[in-house]
Amino acid sequence: MTSPAQPPGAHLPEHPDFLWDNPEPKASYDVVVVGGGGHGLATAYYLAKVHGITNVAVLEKGWLAGGNMARNTTIIRSNYLWDESSGIYEHSLKLWEGLEEDLGYPILFDQRGVLNLAHSLQDVRDSVRRVNANRLNGIDAEWVDPAGVKEICPIVNISPDVRYPVLGATYQPRAGIAKHDYVAWGYARAAHAMGVDLIQNCEVTGLETSGGRITAVQTSRGRIAAGKVALCAAGHSSVLAKMAGIRLPLASHPLQALVSELLEPVHPTVVMSNAVHVYVSQAHKGELVMGAGIDSYNGYGQRGSFHIIEQQMSAALELFPVFARAHLLRTWAGIVDVSPDASPIVGLTPVGGLYLNCGWGTGGFKATPGVGDCFAHTIAHDKPHPFNEPFTLERFTTGALVDEHGAAAVAH
Amino acid sequence: MTFRKPTGGEIDRHTLLRFTFNGVEYTGHPGDTLASALLANGVHEIGSSVKLGRPRGIVAAGSEDPTSLVQIEAPFPEPMLLATTVELYDGLVARGLAGQGRLAPEPDPARYDAKHEHCDVLVVGAGPAGLVAALTAARSGARVVLLDEQNQAGGALLGVDEYLDDRPSAEWVGDIVAELRTTPGVLVLERTTAFGMYQDGFVLALQKRTDHLGFAAPAGVARQRVWRIRTKQTVLATGAHERPVVFADNDRPGIMLASSARTFLHRYGVLPGSRAVVFTTNDSAYCAAIDLAESGVDIALIADARPDAPARLATECAARGIEVRAGQVVTGTEGPGRVTAVSIGDTRIECDTLLVSGGWNPVVSLFSQARGKLRYDTELGAFVPGEELDTVRAAGSATGELDLNACARQGREAGSAAAAAAGFTPGGQVPLPVSDSRCTSRSGLVVWRVPGADDASFVDLQRDSTVADVLRATGAGLRSLEHIKRYTTIGTAHDQGKTSGMIAAGIVAEALGVELAEQRPTTFRPPYTSVSFAALAGRDRGELHDPVRVTAIHPWHVANGALFEDVGQWKRPWYYPKPGEDLHTAVLRECRATRESVGMMDGSTLGKIDVQGRDAGRFLDMLYTNMMSTLKVGRIRYGVMCGVDGMVIDDGTVIRVGEERYLVTTTTGNAAKILDWMEEWLQTEWPHLDVHCASVTEHWATIPLVGPRSRDVLAAVAPDLDVSNEAFEFMTWHDTHVAGVPARVCRISFSGELAYEINVTAWYGLAVWEALMAAGEKYGITPYGTETMHVLRAEKGYPIIGQETDATVTPQDLGMSWAVSKKKPDFIGKRSFARVENNRTDRKQLVGLLPVDPTVLLPEGSQIVETDRLPEPPVRMLGHVTSSYPSAALGRTFALALVRSGHERIGETLYVPYEDSLVPVTVTDSVLYDKEGARRDG
Repeated sequence: MTSPAQPPGAHLPEHPDFLWDNPEPKASYDVVVVGGGGHGLATAYYLAKVHGITNVAVLEKGWLAGGNMARNTTIIRSNYLWDESSGIYEHSLKLWEGLEEDLGYPILFDQRGVLNLAHSLQDVRDSVRRVNANRLNGIDAEWVDPAGVKEICPIVNISPDVRYPVLGATYQPRAGIAKHDYVAWGYARAAHAMGVDLIQNCEVTGLETSGGRITAVQTSRGRIAAGKVALCAAGHSSVLAKMAGIRLPLASHPLQALVSELLEPVHPTVVMSNAVHVYVSQAHKGELVMGAGIDSYNGYGQRGSFHIIEQQMSAALELFPVFARAHLLRTWAGIVDVSPDASPIVGLTPVGGLYLNCGWGTGGFKATPGVGDCFAHTIAHDKPHPFNEPFTLERFTTGALVDEHGAAAVAH
Repeated sequence: MTFRKPTGGEIDRHTLLRFTFNGVEYTGHPGDTLASALLANGVHEIGSSVKLGRPRGIVAAGSEDPTSLVQIEAPFPEPMLLATTVELYDGLVARGLAGQGRLAPEPDPARYDAKHEHCDVLVVGAGPAGLVAALTAARSGARVVLLDEQNQAGGALLGVDEYLDDRPSAEWVGDIVAELRTTPGVLVLERTTAFGMYQDGFVLALQKRTDHLGFAAPAGVARQRVWRIRTKQTVLATGAHERPVVFADNDRPGIMLASSARTFLHRYGVLPGSRAVVFTTNDSAYCAAIDLAESGVDIALIADARPDAPARLATECAARGIEVRAGQVVTGTEGPGRVTAVSIGDTRIECDTLLVSGGWNPVVSLFSQARGKLRYDTELGAFVPGEELDTVRAAGSATGELDLNACARQGREAGSAAAAAAGFTPGGQVPLPVSDSRCTSRSGLVVWRVPGADDASFVDLQRDSTVADVLRATGAGLRSLEHIKRYTTIGTAHDQGKTSGMIAAGIVAEALGVELAEQRPTTFRPPYTSVSFAALAGRDRGELHDPVRVTAIHPWHVANGALFEDVGQWKRPWYYPKPGEDLHTAVLRECRATRESVGMMDGSTLGKIDVQGRDAGRFLDMLYTNMMSTLKVGRIRYGVMCGVDGMVIDDGTVIRVGEERYLVTTTTGNAAKILDWMEEWLQTEWPHLDVHCASVTEHWATIPLVGPRSRDVLAAVAPDLDVSNEAFEFMTWHDTHVAGVPARVCRISFSGELAYEINVTAWYGLAVWEALMAAGEKYGITPYGTETMHVLRAEKGYPIIGQETDATVTPQDLGMSWAVSKKKPDFIGKRSFARVENNRTDRKQLVGLLPVDPTVLLPEGSQIVETDRLPEPPVRMLGHVTSSYPSAALGRTFALALVRSGHERIGETLYVPYEDSLVPVTVTDSVLYDKEGARRDG
């Protein structure tokens, strides 16, 4: 067939020729970050860059960024309801805005905006409330009516005759997507360049403490002494924390996502609907990237149930009839670690020198730069950064919860 | 020029099918695929590549093809199908793609559905192994399902011209299929691809039911069907895919897998070209070469990468004048588009076709999805099933076996073992066929790539990913195949790496100097082949997307012009506008009528849960913050439920029906959640309690009859009932007759007015509603919807859970400390009330807000600030407006709000940012109407 002047995939950037080395672990590090996902890599990067702490190892039991970082739907936004949440997510979004330059890596950060649809009168109230809160917090947000939704994303079905008509949406223009692998690799490469050791296939099997302070980690590749240990292992943080005698209030569930084949551009923004359980964007190459619902059972198996995908498709076609003959190409699951208030836990622990970052549920990807920066600060100063100060482990006993269930029932 | 043979193949030469490809009209025959018809017309260039724009052709004959992507334009646009899997029909219009398809803006007119199937033995793949497995299991009496993605059974036999037991293989296939079809309990499905394998024998398959009919597809038949199969045992006879060898400029159209060329020849009677070079690392390509030569293709040369050519096959080639060169590899190709010449070392050979065989990859996707471990077979150069699972067995070439007789034996063993594992004893043994095939030796050479121009040696032809890309990835420090896949994008296209994945793994292992046996292959993920979104959505579209729940009285609401609000799955009347009325005027009228005379609404959607058992009272004491066990039979109590965090999750009335029986009501939207909540506690924490819960929401029609005249209306229709205050106290209930039918009448009020809630069996709901309307006519009885209900309760300061609350609000915040028991030793949420945060005085509390300008209606969801001027963000927010209405009773607008230290702020002026101004509001108590409760008793 006719070759277009520019093939559709020609514009995509190449990866750099060099990413990182694969060193043997040293006997000891100032800081050991457990978990080589987006958060662990970003934490190591900011430790080195902002705090000059470079004697750092990131330990990853599998391959770097192969967990949730490789499995999310890459949505970035900061339009959260609560001050505490919008604080850290907006901090993150601001870092996203300079990240490509900062990392020197083409992360395909694209501020194409996100629409969060409202389908019921209560959705509308909640949405308006969130827009007002966002604006007073200095976050770009607006309420758009169905016609406005159609203008921003022409393929959304705004007919009043569907099962759950679109009554409007919140719109955050600065929201968007990025290429998850590129982000992780950008952090890894930059951290490595500053002296951080990235150690893959290295599973932590024990935590050593002495006098109430962390001293070392035991791993599948031997014992590694550590001045400080930072846990960035999402749901597996429970398993790790238990090694230090800390019980975490986390429940892990499978959450599935999927992609279609490559398609000509039809979807210019990001659309999310909690009520009918759809969130979808069209990635740079042209595939539709969609998140499905959460599986209700607990587990660490990275696989969900197929009926969730079927429900997802039925919801997607309600909102986007144009997708009918798109094809499902690949499905997969990540594990979302959800805390009782659906907000993360980032901060100190009862064990000296042991720090915790987990419970991001479905929100972890977008937080990557923000939490990396704040967590590095927390580790470097042994004191939370103001943006993660609200997200203590103690809040589940004091009651100072940041309950995002209402703001993001299926959340992302 | 035609490349169609005058005879042979499973096509109907007497029927011509017209089709259009890339704007040119061609013809083909029933039995063709779009690919075979194009090849018959000499068309090899299908599309172009996604990144480099290089021409792309047809590499394989089936679903493993990496390149022949087409867009169907008619009968209906469908993107990204493989020409090799599109069955030809008259009028088909298609075009080749540059790696991206197009979605049609017009709605898909097709129907889709899903079907559940249960069986003892599922056999995936109807090739020799699968057929024997299925028949073996069927003869044992097992319920068998046999699936195959092709339009007919036979598998690899469809692509060869071999004899089994001295007769054409099609006859052997036909006999087995015929017996299967006539065996009770056996289901044979063609055009059905098992695409996903999940836990507990759950297998998903897609059946393409009418795609091959094109314009003639009957409208009433679902185009595609998802089969949800639950099986005890599975036999995976999924076959093997031939893989290519990577060499310089290996992406030209006209370069095809040898076995696929053989398939085009035997199945469709199509020649791939006029003059072909064959490049192989194993025996199988010899048969393709010999067959094609016998059909008139000039086989210029067979280059065999092995040091020695197989003697017997080489002799056969020599007899046909085919030159065989051992120890030779293809080092390059030429051609403006399609290949015109091939280089083998220093030799340049002109040709229009290059057939390649690099060995075979067993199809292990489903086995891997079933969490079966894979093992690297060094001889085969491929991953094979490494173990037998309890419920999943592989058979045939899916295990790496290439000999037909051995494949069939494996099929018999697997079929027999599967049936036995499912509890069946063997039936009549299926005889194993004897084949005359000559090309089944496994003694191939494992060659991933020919050294040479790595930047033009394509590993993944669809993603334009080359050997150079793989080497860049390993050079960049990547070790994991998952990383390399992501760095190069190999294996991420529509084919998910069916032909490229193994080669990429091989090249990586070579580059890293590691054994492939130590490399973990990338994860095989569902679906095996792509599945349309619409097929997965099935019938759950439009009205069937989510059930619409309506009450027994719904038709009356529709007939009387109600507008509806979605509350959960329910359609609830929102308000009943009269001509010319908008929301506010209608609601003001409904409110006024109700407060001044009588109104009524349909409350049937309220969740109702029948809670019974010896421990029912004890159980409810744990669920509610207040005491329920002390409630007397005949009485009613309002209660609040909290989560373990002490936040309100639901509220409603509880009526005590008997000593061991309560009827709990919930909010409309939370009915199912609360029943789940009850069950969770009963089943996980308190299994010792003797309590049973059942939803009875839809058993009852519930009609609140509200207003000072409600007593008169009720008296008129309930002659047995003494409606006086003395005989029928507030928060009590009576069983009686209303409008002649048995009814339970509760004296509760969500408006502050004298009110009765009339409950009747749902069947009578409409009749009772109409009787009440008639009885109330003289009082101007007014039906009202959810909006008026909201206003009436807001005037009284009653919260709506989910509107005034958002999972951060305690009963105390709502001013409901009275509903929290101080006596009970424990209940859900109690522990949390003692927490520091719960005892702060600056918590957000429910208050009323009166805009200083009584005509200003605050938007719900507005935030509240302390100052009359906005500072720079972030602005401190004190709370938000939860509800806001114009009020007929108050003669002004008002709002409810959650405000920090709200109870202390009563009388203060606060501000609500609204558009570009700040609206001053006065904080008040949340109860704005009839504070003293004078209206409750009429």
